Amino acid sequence: MKITESFSLAISNIFSSKMRSFLTMLGIIIGIAAVMVIVGLGNGMEGYITDSFASVGTNVMTVSITGSGSSGTVKEEEMFAIVEENPACFEYISPMVSMRSSVKIGSDTLSYTTATGVGEQYFDIYGYTVAEGRGFRYMDMEKRTRACIVGCYVDQVLFDGQSLGETLRIGGEVFTIVGVLEQIDDEIDEGGSDDAVYIPYSTAARLSYSGTVSSYIVTAVSDDLVDAGQEIIEDALYAILRSSNAYSVTTMAAMLEMMTEMIDLVVLILTVIAGISLVVGGIGIMNIMLVSVSERTREIGIRKALGAKERFILTQFVIEAAVTSAIGGIIGIICGYGLSSVASNVISNMMGETLTVAPSVVSIAVAFGASALIGIVFGFLPARKAARLNPIDALRHD
Amino acid sequence: MKTPLVEFRSVCKTYYMGEDIVRAADNISFSIYENEFVAIVGKSGSGKSTCMNIIGCLDVPTSGTYLLDGRDVGQMDKNELAEIRNEKLGFIFQQYNLLPKMNLLENVEVPLMYAGRPKGERRRIAKEMLEKVGLGDKIRHKPNQLSGGQQQRVSIARALSNSPSVILADEPTGALDSRTSREVLGMLQDLHQQGNTVVLITHDNSIAATAERIIRLADGKVIYDGPTEGAFSDEHMGGTGA
Ligand SMILES: Nc1ncnc2c1ncn2[C@@H]1O[C@H](COP(=O)(O)OP(=O)(O)OP(=O)(O)O)[C@@H](O)[C@H]1O
Ligand SMILES: [Mg+2]
Repeated sequence: MKITESFSLAISNIFSSKMRSFLTMLGIIIGIAAVMVIVGLGNGMEGYITDSFASVGTNVMTVSITGSGSSGTVKEEEMFAIVEENPACFEYISPMVSMRSSVKIGSDTLSYTTATGVGEQYFDIYGYTVAEGRGFRYMDMEKRTRACIVGCYVDQVLFDGQSLGETLRIGGEVFTIVGVLEQIDDEIDEGGSDDAVYIPYSTAARLSYSGTVSSYIVTAVSDDLVDAGQEIIEDALYAILRSSNAYSVTTMAAMLEMMTEMIDLVVLILTVIAGISLVVGGIGIMNIMLVSVSERTREIGIRKALGAKERFILTQFVIEAAVTSAIGGIIGIICGYGLSSVASNVISNMMGETLTVAPSVVSIAVAFGASALIGIVFGFLPARKAARLNPIDALRHD
Repeated sequence: MKTPLVEFRSVCKTYYMGEDIVRAADNISFSIYENEFVAIVGKSGSGKSTCMNIIGCLDVPTSGTYLLDGRDVGQMDKNELAEIRNEKLGFIFQQYNLLPKMNLLENVEVPLMYAGRPKGERRRIAKEMLEKVGLGDKIRHKPNQLSGGQQQRVSIARALSNSPSVILADEPTGALDSRTSREVLGMLQDLHQQGNTVVLITHDNSIAATAERIIRLADGKVIYDGPTEGAFSDEHMGGTGA
């Protein structure tokens, strides 16, 4: 007796009681669909985050001087020197000083507009271009000028596109707008990337409380050199500060990795939870198969009398369970696919961002394999019960 | 001398019902040769079904030896028993025992399928057998679309499909009216005429009379084994005068 015959027998049995087979499959359908959507969502999120990191650049490192070591703190010149001594590894460096003081135009306080002290290479790092006026120069840093460059929200919304040469106040000091940046975000919004004011870091440092620069942004020449660059900076800072707790160097790649790991973990946990419904589905299959075995006791007896070996009966029932479960799996995959595209649309509409919830080919294959395997595992016990029935008792059964 | 097809040597089958011991087969010995038509008769509880199960390799004796075609069935494992049922035995049951979801053709194919015959050959043989029992025009019907007599004919076709050494019929007319009973019995006689070995199990003397030889059982023992003529005299009826 060929295995294909066991399959066609199983399929004709499944289709002879459609409603019941469908209900048996339901647990598997729900479980597989849930896993598909969760994994799809996870992949979509990961893709979205990777894309947004890619737009920033994964060759970016953030250096924070968190304390002063035994031999004092790090001066800007020392930091610049580290970068300048390794031109093969580093491309740009910019100090970064976040200002606490709010920005005022006339007597209006702007609650969302941020002011940041930056170096002259800052805009190169992020690929921002100056649309009008000029960028920062070495002189601005050196002389601690009261010059500022504004994002296009500030220019267009707050100054009606006529900001060049106008003034605004930060922490009581008056700054003259010398440049306007090109639009960054797709839409200019209050509090977005375009709602920002940049001033020379040296000026910012003097205005800020501590008077020192405690964070820097450094870029490596290429993504491959990020790890090497991180090491160079760490070694140099250790040589200056003599304490490994006084500084930290974070790479975008590491952050991206951290976030992907976090998403992976969440996806894993959710998948395990959804996986439990697969086990429940498996138990449902086992239950129905046990019922089916006792209903078909006489049939089993007849088959045995006609020469069916235990192995044939066992295979027949296991295949029936596996096929039931696998059909459930296929329906679940289709449902999961459908739900995923609905979820894609809903999320995209809600966030205004494109997030593709796409189940991978691998997850489809795994889902199908898992459902068939569940059928085999949970079908085995009822199948063995059927195979071991005593033919005389089975024939007498009604 | 020719080896018997079915040979019982002091076969016993004992059931233990708590304290009670039931000797369903008590030291039974007989031989059935090729191309015989034997009826095993006896009253209810006399041990007919017990014998039939042993002959049919559905059960093994508690003690004694059963040789089928010279092979000791007691020494066989479950797989070998399944094989031997498939190859050597054709069952005809009182309740027909057809598979309700399958059509007649598929039903008759079942033993051939377990024998591993290829699909085309199975189809051809099954069709031939159904034509032989006069149901060639109904091969796509389901069993529940047939009368009892027709269903029993399907079960005869199925029993014949693997050209077995022994055809075992257990009360084959038990569920049929007298006209269809005669029809089925006539069919068994024809099979015997064509050279098959037929074992008919029944409690009904008039049905047993179709056979050429009678083995009468009472309380698990053989009380008569001989030709049909004379099998129904009082002294061979277990002394009941029935
Ligand atoms: N599985 C069993 N367990 C215990 N006792 C049994 C079993 N099977 C049969 N018996 C007993 O063995 C004896 C013979 O039974 P058997 O079924 O062979 O009778 P029978 O001649 O076929 O009767 P009937 O014409 O009613 O079918 C009976 O007393 C019966 O109660
Ligand atoms: Mg009986």
